[in-house]
Order: sequence, then C-alpha cells, then structure tokens
Amino acid sequence: MSLKLKLNGVDHDVDAEPGTPLLWVIRDELKMTGTKFGCGVASCGACTVHVDGFPTRSCQTYIEDVEGAEITTIEAIGATREGAAIQQAWEELDVVQCGYCQSGQVMSAVGLLTENPKPSVEDIHDYMDGNACRCATYQRIRAGIQRASEILEG
Amino acid sequence: MTVNTSRRGFLKGAAAAGAVLVVGLNPQGAVAAGGDAAQINPFVKVGADGRVIAIIKHFEKGQGPATGLSTLIAEEIGVTMDQIDYEFAPSNPELYANLAFGQIQGTGGSTAMANSFMQYRTAGATARAMILEAAASATGAKATDLDIVDGMVTGAGDPVPLGQFVAAAATLEAPVEPILKTPDQWRLIGNPDIRRLDSRIKGNGEAMYAMDVHLPNQMIAMLARPPQTGGLVSSFDDTDAKTIKGFIRAATLPGNGAVAVYAENTWAAIQAREALTVEWDMSNAESRDSSQIKEEIMAALNGEAEFNVLKNEPGPIDQAAQVVEKTFYFPLLAHAAMEPLNCTIEANDDGGITLHDGAQMPTGPHMALSQIFELPMDKVRINTMLAGGSFGRRATPTADYQVEAGLAFVITDRTRPVKLVWSREDDMRGGYYRPAFGHKVRVGLSDAGEIVAWDHRIAGQSIMKGTAFESFAVHDGVDHSSVEGVADTPYTIPGFHVGLTDTKKATSTLWWRSVGHTHTAYAMEVMMDMAARAAGRDPVEFRLAHLGDSADARRKAAVLELAAEKGNWGNAPTGRVQGIAVHKSFGSYVAEVVEISGNANDGVQIEKVTCAVDCGIAVNPDVIKAQIEGGVGYGIGHVMRDEITLTGGVVDQYNFPDYEPLRMRDIGAIETHIVPSAEPPTGIGEPGTPPSAPALANAIAQTGTVVGVLPMINDGVAFA
Repeated sequence: MSLKLKLNGVDHDVDAEPGTPLLWVIRDELKMTGTKFGCGVASCGACTVHVDGFPTRSCQTYIEDVEGAEITTIEAIGATREGAAIQQAWEELDVVQCGYCQSGQVMSAVGLLTENPKPSVEDIHDYMDGNACRCATYQRIRAGIQRASEILEG
Repeated sequence: MTVNTSRRGFLKGAAAAGAVLVVGLNPQGAVAAGGDAAQINPFVKVGADGRVIAIIKHFEKGQGPATGLSTLIAEEIGVTMDQIDYEFAPSNPELYANLAFGQIQGTGGSTAMANSFMQYRTAGATARAMILEAAASATGAKATDLDIVDGMVTGAGDPVPLGQFVAAAATLEAPVEPILKTPDQWRLIGNPDIRRLDSRIKGNGEAMYAMDVHLPNQMIAMLARPPQTGGLVSSFDDTDAKTIKGFIRAATLPGNGAVAVYAENTWAAIQAREALTVEWDMSNAESRDSSQIKEEIMAALNGEAEFNVLKNEPGPIDQAAQVVEKTFYFPLLAHAAMEPLNCTIEANDDGGITLHDGAQMPTGPHMALSQIFELPMDKVRINTMLAGGSFGRRATPTADYQVEAGLAFVITDRTRPVKLVWSREDDMRGGYYRPAFGHKVRVGLSDAGEIVAWDHRIAGQSIMKGTAFESFAVHDGVDHSSVEGVADTPYTIPGFHVGLTDTKKATSTLWWRSVGHTHTAYAMEVMMDMAARAAGRDPVEFRLAHLGDSADARRKAAVLELAAEKGNWGNAPTGRVQGIAVHKSFGSYVAEVVEISGNANDGVQIEKVTCAVDCGIAVNPDVIKAQIEGGVGYGIGHVMRDEITLTGGVVDQYNFPDYEPLRMRDIGAIETHIVPSAEPPTGIGEPGTPPSAPALANAIAQTGTVVGVLPMINDGVAFA
C-alpha cells in the first residue's frame, strides 16, 4: 500500500504493507539510521521517535496508524529548544559510551523536559524507565537531563 | 605489565603522500621516505591543512580508545583535541597487532591503552620531530628551540600553522629515537576536561554502526538457527515465506548449521523467517536442563579436583579454631549488547570482498573469510565501524557471525551485498554465554582471627579449551581464565589450595566483561567478608591485614583504603548499610563501597557506590570514570536478576522482558576516585565489574542473607 508519512516536516510517499513497523520504514526505506533497532518488542527504547510530540516506540507502531501525524526523529530533534538543550548537556557531560541507545534516550529525555521542564529524580526515573542502556550510562543520563533543565531555565 | 619501549622495533616508517605526513610501520621494516601512503600502514597522518588523523587499531564499543589513542597523538604532536580526527585501521595483523596478543589484531582483555600507550605516543613524537625539523630548515632556527603549541609552530618569530611544514616534513627520514614528552609537559594526558571525540555524533544520530550499513542493492539475510546447540538442518519448507512481500529465497547454509532467509529489507526478512518451517536433526544436540548442568558442577565441587592449580598442600583446616564455608553458583549469562549482531559483505571489483563490521577481533573473520572465499588475505578487506556494545560477544574464537555472513554470501551469485542481521531474540538465544561455574570455599581461622588455611574448589565450563587461544591460556590442563582472580590473588593466604574441575559445556562458552573475574572476585570477596565477620574483625582491617608488602599488595590496599575513606566506610547514614570489595583484574585495582537501604526480605535499594581505581597513568580520567560507572552497572545489573536457563537444551529467555537489563532506577550515584600513578596504563574496560557484585552481596549480608546462588533473586533477595 502507498501512504504519506510526514517526517521531520517533510512529506514522504512510502510503499509498505499494513502492519509494517514505522521503525523499518524509517531505517530501511527512508534510510535515516539514527533511530535504532534494539529489541523489536518495545522494551529497550532505542527506536524512540516522537509522534505528534510524544515519545513513541517505532518498533511497535504500525505505519498506517501514523499517516498524517507529525513524526520527529533524532535527526531533527536538535532543532527544538529542548532537543538542543539535551544534546548540549549530553556533550558537556559525555553521557554516551557505545551510543547505540542514545538516540532513544535523547528522544525520551526531550519528551520529559517538554512535558515537565523541572523534573525530580523520581520523575526522571519514571519517565526514562523504558530506555535501557547496556553500558549503564544512567547516572550521566540523569545528570544530563538535570543539566538540560538548567540550560532551558536560562 | 610491560610496555614495549624499544621504539626501533616497531616504528620505522614515514612516507609522503602528497602533502601528507604519514607515520607508522613499514611492512619491509625499513624507513619509507617519499613513498606513498599505500606503502605504509600509518598510526597518524598530518595534512597540509594542519588536521591530524589518528588511525585507531582498536575498535570502539564505547570504552573510549578512539578518544584515548587520539589523545596520545595530539599530546605528542602538540595539537588540541579539536584539531584531531580519528579513523579505524584496516585489518592487518602484521601492522596493527595487539601487542598483548601476539600476531592478532583485536580488542579484549582491557588491553587497548596498555598495549598502545608507547606505540601511539611514539608515532605522535615522530611526526612532531619531523615537522620541527622541516620548520627548522625553513626558518633557520634550531629544531630544539622550536615547539608546537595548539597546532602552531612557535619559537621562530610569529607562530606558524604546522601544516605549512608538512610537505617538507614528509620528505625527511623518520628519527630512530624520537623524544617523548615527559609527564610534566603533558597537557592532555591526565586532563579531566578532555571530552570524548564521539559524543556529538552519538547524541544526534549521525554515528554510523554496522547495523546502519545500506549498500546499493543489498539483501538482508536472517538465519533460522537450531533451537539447541549442536542441532542441524534436516529440511525446510518456505511455502509460507513466499507469500511475504520482499522475500527473495531461502537456502540451507553449507554445513547445515542454519537456513538463511534472504529478503529485500529487514522487516520482510523478519516475517519470512517466522513463516519458515525447519525440521531439525537434534541427535547430537545439547538436551540438558539447567538444573542438570548445575548438579554436575555442584557434584564436581565435592569430588576429587581434576587439576591442582596451586601445588602447595592445603593448610591444616581440620585443626583451625573455626572454619567458614560457602558454596556458590554462577549461571550462564548473555552479553546482550544494545546493537544486535550484524555485518555486511560485498564483492569488490578486484575479485575480493569487503566486510563491514563492528569488528572486535578483525584477524579472526579476516582469516575465516579468506578460507571461505578462497582468497588471499589482501583481497579480504575489513571496514571496522562503531559497535553498539560488545562485552566480549563480538570477539568469538570462531568468528561466528562473520562466518555466517560469509556462508550466506558465498552461496549467492555475489552480485548483491548481503547484510546479516540478528534479532534481539537471536542474540539472547545465540548460544555464546558466560559459562556456568561453581565455587566451594572453606577458610580456616586461628584463635587470633587470622587465615591459616584456604581450600578453594572451582568447577565449570572452560572458555579457552578447544579454541585457538588454548595454547595461550591453558597450561598443565588449567584454563587460566577459570581460576584468574583466585589463584593469582594479591592476598597473602597461608595454606592456600586451589583445585579446578572442568565440566561439560552446554553451549559455546565465551568471555563476558571481565571473564573469569566475573565469578572469582565474587567468591573471594564474599569469603573475605564471611571470614572477617567470623573473626570479629572489620572487613577493611581484615583485608589489609592479609595484604603484604609487595608492590602488588600495596596497590590493592591503597584502593581499598581510598574507597573506604571516600565512601565514609563504617559511617553509613541511618537506614543504610555498606558492603565493600576489592579486586585486581587486567592489571588494575578497583575497590567499591556499595551502600544500600532496605533488606533482602522487603527489598534492597542500591543507594550509592563509591569506587577507587588504580589503572596506572590515567590517560582520560573522565573516560576511566565512565568505564567504572558502566562496569559497576553491568556487574550489578546481572547479579540482581539475570540468568540464561535451558530446558531440554533450549534457552528459556527470549528478549529483554525476561532478561531484564539494569534500569535507571535500580542504582543510585556512582562516584569514582582515581589513584594518581606514574605506572604504565593498565585495563579499564573490565576492572570495574568484578568487585561490584561482591560489594553488593556484602552489603546485603549485613541485612542477614549471604547470597551464594546467583542471580540474587534466586537466593532470597528482593529488590525495591
């Protein structure tokens, strides 16, 4: 089937079967590889994108369900105020190690700060619980979100 | 620990390639002056634009060698970290061998910095000397009066960008003994403000991992593998797979180890493989349950030891004033790196092939693919890409996944590149695990509370036997990786006996972040605490009393004391208790204080971990801290609740929901203190892991439960 996906503000004509996860359309068809495949069952968060502003696991999101929605990926999140702050904080604190989960971590963290610009540690734990990092960079992710919150406060 | 200080032996070349100064090894063992870059496999290239490129012979899985080795080059030349870029070296074991491994190019055993420290500094110092010599000729100044600061040649009037002298420098002979900077001259080595070179691209999605390879016209291959180790394909039916849009074909791989499904894209491959029906021949497959494997290990602990690792007689345990005894069991563990295994092979115009891979040990797949394709080594190229973690899994003695890709490609007409993709389930059930081990330890104490005898029995599945590493790691039948951390402990233990029994492997066994130390540190350090408690002594004081005056023991004692001091040992806040452990691995010493609240029955919460590390010269202190943080998380995450179990030989776990990774809320702040040192750098990727689990166990023991069976949830510990 043919459908239109609006990704990072750009319309794309996509040919894919119903039931195809958004993840694979982004990665294989549109060849935007910042969004990662980690588990395929929405339990690691590496594939997180924003759908109408909300962090969403693209490996469990069917393309027919997001036709017409505003989809944002890691490639464009830096253009948002929160995205720029998170990426700045990530660099300042050298949050990353292998980095494979970090696109998803950034997308979730941006979602958190957009909803809640001054999250408590417990808020961060609740919101970020679904984003796994096998390198265990968690305390830097936590600190990075707090730092980005400061940056946003100005 | 030794480092190669004979610079004559390994740094012999400098060549010009246009206006590029190239410094590195020459395959002929002669200085190559005025040649081109193809004649030399460099460690550093300096362009006329002043940009420096460090060629990294180790792969980057997050542990930091891209930044670390670049730091060495930048330091010696005299450029800033903003003026240096990095590339990964091609596969060439003659030129890029890991000096700790012999003639193998690879990353492992936490050796990247240790074996590269002199090599990369010398490469940088050579480039610096040649640039300064060229600058001296051009300006009439003496080379010894010149310096390079932030990429500018200074000392002869106005500072001049070093790039202006690159073309002339490239025509000079390389100095035989370049002068290295001394520690008092270092501005980058040891600087805690140096940032990772790969931070930005990993935070904005630009970083390219092997999983991100998209070659024109590539096919995706996924394999249906036998559900039990040792199974073989009898037949398959792809009738249903043919209904999947994008399915190309299915074929049994040579050797009948798996059926490959080829598709136009990953989603089609996933669906088509699911639609495939395979009949397996399981007549030679593993069919045991985990409980049988555990019983075999436990029985071996109580029988005669197969190997006496330490030849001395066991101490007089029967005459000891008291004996402390504990049995431990360590389950199979998966590595579960974030990026599922994958690699891509394409045909080259010259009849050769290229492998695109997060290659941890390029020499293995290089040789294997050379055999599969009947190609000389120089026709097989390896493009090493960033790896999304490994923890040991990307370095198998069998080059397992690269061989799979090779077999999947070799049976095609080779006109379309083949990208082999593993799913998370493939990775979890893929048959390469930290082997199961058991320890049984009896410690005899005197009336005065001193250790007088220590009888340590180990049984488990050898990692090295039956692999290409056997001659390197197995001596007199003893696989060193089964007993490391016990038999070579820096503790002074009188009457120390160590016995080992190998048990039958149920799966392929593989090193897993810190290898044997994953279980030996736990057994040693939990026993030290049990013995201290039995003797009525403080665990820190008790350990220090069993650390002698050797340099080795003193370094171990120093990290123990530092962690105790910084962790406020003995003064836990109300409602919390502490546990401590210290362990040496990969040449480095790490002590950790774990502070918890709650208790084993009602739920343990890990509040804080305070670490002290001595890894010799701390090249990138912040990377070192990050590796300790990650090492602690990796160790603790698994001992809390993870294990791989088998039912009838089939792995029970399938994905993260039943092999639950450490989550952010599981662990509080981790604080790391680095012992200043002038010793050569030692390992940092692994040493943070071994003491983390026993430190946690020793804290939990304060609440009444000494955990012997892992994961901890199997031995009566609940987590908050």
